[in-house]
Amino acid sequence: MVHWTAEEKQLITSLWGKVNVEECGAEALARLLIVYPWTQRFFDNFGNLSSPTAIIGNPKVRAHGKKVLTSFGEAVKNLENLKATYAKLSELHCEKLHVDPENFRLLGDILIIVLAAHFTKDFTPACQATWQKLVGVVAHALAYKYH
Amino acid sequence: MVLSGADKNNVKGVFAKIGGHAEEYGAETLERMFATYPQTKTYFPHFDLQHGSAQVKGHGKKVAAALVEAANHIDDIAGALSKLSDLHAQKLRVDPVNFKLLGQCFLVVVAIHHPSVLTPEVHASLDKFLCAVGNVLTAKYR
Repeated sequence: MVHWTAEEKQLITSLWGKVNVEECGAEALARLLIVYPWTQRFFDNFGNLSSPTAIIGNPKVRAHGKKVLTSFGEAVKNLENLKATYAKLSELHCEKLHVDPENFRLLGDILIIVLAAHFTKDFTPACQATWQKLVGVVAHALAYKYH
Repeated sequence: MVLSGADKNNVKGVFAKIGGHAEEYGAETLERMFATYPQTKTYFPHFDLQHGSAQVKGHGKKVAAALVEAANHIDDIAGALSKLSDLHAQKLRVDPVNFKLLGQCFLVVVAIHHPSVLTPEVHASLDKFLCAVGNVLTAKYR
């Protein structure tokens, strides 16, 4: 079980309160597909992913990014219970979607960069450390049911 | 993984924007790395790692200088960092996984100080460059 200090919980909830989930989610997913192009393998049915511009403007990318980050919001609300929160999604990603869990770590790292660019100086070292820990435990929870 | 012409231009552009702040960013990168990935502190038992440490500042300056050197000789990173590569293989032996962690923190620092510079394309190029630097520094490990 992951332990969160009061300070960490504060850093997570206060930052999350200021995140535009739709914008941030869209940007994070777009950057994942651009920075690590092999991740496009999961999105054959998304249409035009032929260039960074195409990816950024792709409405399916935006919609899926929003969906992914909205789900991340569940983690923020259930910090004490992440494995249970993501159990079904973990099974889905293993059995139906066949996504290598390494991709969760990649997306987590990208999300950190997006948050850093958005919050700049407010994204203090303590904030970064806490959020890097959060994306790590979410990735772990999403991989937990893999078999 | 190969750096395209566009990647090289993007990287040079980033370092041109960073300019004289490179040393400061080097120190901040290290501070963030120690905070975010505490296991990286194991390579610095002899350092004062508290905020504002002169040793971290000094080391950050060295790390930044190496990145600048690599960017300035981007067509031959292996040549430019050959001595550093020997040092890491023979003496420092920093586990290869740690170069990714440093790279992530450097990207965060650039994102914080120059968010508009770090477009998705530049982000991709800079990430590739940092991977290439890590690969060079670990190339002679075995």
